[in-house]
Amino acid sequence: MPQRHTPQSKTTHADTPNKALAPLPAKADDSAATFTFTVNGASHTLSLDPRTTLLDALREHLHLTGTKKGCDHGQCGACTVHVNGRRVNSCLCFAAACEGDTITTIEGIGEVDALHPLQAAFVECDGYQCGYCTAGQLMSAVALLDEPIGPSDDDVREAMSGNLCRCGAYQNIVGAIQSVRANKSSSE
Amino acid sequence: MDMFQLSRARDMRDAINAGALAHTAQQGAEVRFLAGGTTLLDLMKLNVERPMRVIDISRLPLDEIEATNDGGVRIGATSRNSDLAHHPLIRDRYAVLSQAVLSGASVQLRNMATTGGNILQRTRCVYFRDTTSPCNKREPGSGCSAIQGFNRMMAILGTSESCIASNPSDMCVALQALEATIHVEGTAGKRAIPIDEFFLVPGTTPDRENVLDAGDLITHVTLPPPVEGTRSAYLKLRDRASYEFALASAGVVIGAKDGRIAHARVALGGVGTKPWRSREAEKELQDAAPDEATFRRAADAALAGAKPQSENGFKVELSKRCIVHTLKMVTQTS
Repeated sequence: MPQRHTPQSKTTHADTPNKALAPLPAKADDSAATFTFTVNGASHTLSLDPRTTLLDALREHLHLTGTKKGCDHGQCGACTVHVNGRRVNSCLCFAAACEGDTITTIEGIGEVDALHPLQAAFVECDGYQCGYCTAGQLMSAVALLDEPIGPSDDDVREAMSGNLCRCGAYQNIVGAIQSVRANKSSSE
Repeated sequence: MDMFQLSRARDMRDAINAGALAHTAQQGAEVRFLAGGTTLLDLMKLNVERPMRVIDISRLPLDEIEATNDGGVRIGATSRNSDLAHHPLIRDRYAVLSQAVLSGASVQLRNMATTGGNILQRTRCVYFRDTTSPCNKREPGSGCSAIQGFNRMMAILGTSESCIASNPSDMCVALQALEATIHVEGTAGKRAIPIDEFFLVPGTTPDRENVLDAGDLITHVTLPPPVEGTRSAYLKLRDRASYEFALASAGVVIGAKDGRIAHARVALGGVGTKPWRSREAEKELQDAAPDEATFRRAADAALAGAKPQSENGFKVELSKRCIVHTLKMVTQTS
């Protein structure tokens, strides 16, 4: 295990010589963080290692494995979920910091026999190949419908740039999103 | 990632007191404030940041964006980048800021990232992010790997023999052009710091990036009222059309009267070790005719002190053209 930082005497402030942090508990279990949040309409209380990300809490502890782990650094968008109605990268959230939050995952937007219009459009337009990025693409696309973006395909591409697709299904993803936006605006 | 204790700050004083237990607010801080988390979690996963305590400040009432009595605006430190960019006050009166924020990252990241966090975001230098490489910013005295290494993305202004890491923020370039003030509260009280004085160039201490001390909490940013008769814009040049850091960017605020430039502020991104205000360019623009010859002189002045590395010599001319193009765009003399 790498050595933890220790304060360097050369950078310690002369006016605060006695600053000291209390030592951390010896065992990780001792410092588990307990928190409650709502996921897809159900309240959950978990007690987890504080290092657990929202992504890992969803997948490993609530077994909601629809949300995917790609880069784990906020670059690929595979882990996109909604927190309090906004799309975010769940790999960059500490789960315990989500105390009181309302989370929606891919499992919460539609059912096999009652697809969200965007899920149906992805099927109709063939908006995926391997499918690994699809949950993240869909969670971004669902949020996009209510975001202040322009009408063009380029506007959609810009708004979807945080979701990478290694198979390169971008063209059909844009087509699927635009078909739903067209239906939405014609029905308003 | 090392183990840490996570707690939610009850109020500002609670956060400040917790932060003050660390020996520094700079690289190596044992206590970190958590707001959007987009930088902190990324760097904790890489073991570049290894705090023992993480204080969640995201629920403190610091997220308001509101007009001030003097005609300016007050931007709360935990306001989200998305909310800032789309706020009517910002969109209508400080276009350069809205455009700069929207040019950075992705929607998901902008939904998380905050104003204070954006100000404190760290360099994307690959050696800073790789704990197996020497890096004077991460490990003072270990050396700079970028000077003899991959330095295409690195800075050409404000560098030193210790560090050439570029500051990646778009938002802060706009804040420089708008002459923003950063408001900080710490154990010794409140301070208002002009943004250009907030950031430090690396010199011999690249681990020290700004004037914050342990316990200092950024509470808000203020912008002065827009200068009458001015327009502003942000232009970002990069390897991809979206979701990429700047190779060169420019944020300008400029206004002309009777055929002469009456007010000019120029700030650069992608090329500086800090968000770069160019007073040299502003001096060339002031009282001159708003034409391409003037803009080119301003661009030459801005980059006169540039020190390119082995792979980023192209940034000198790219940055100049970025400045000229942005000035033409805003003054519509093209």
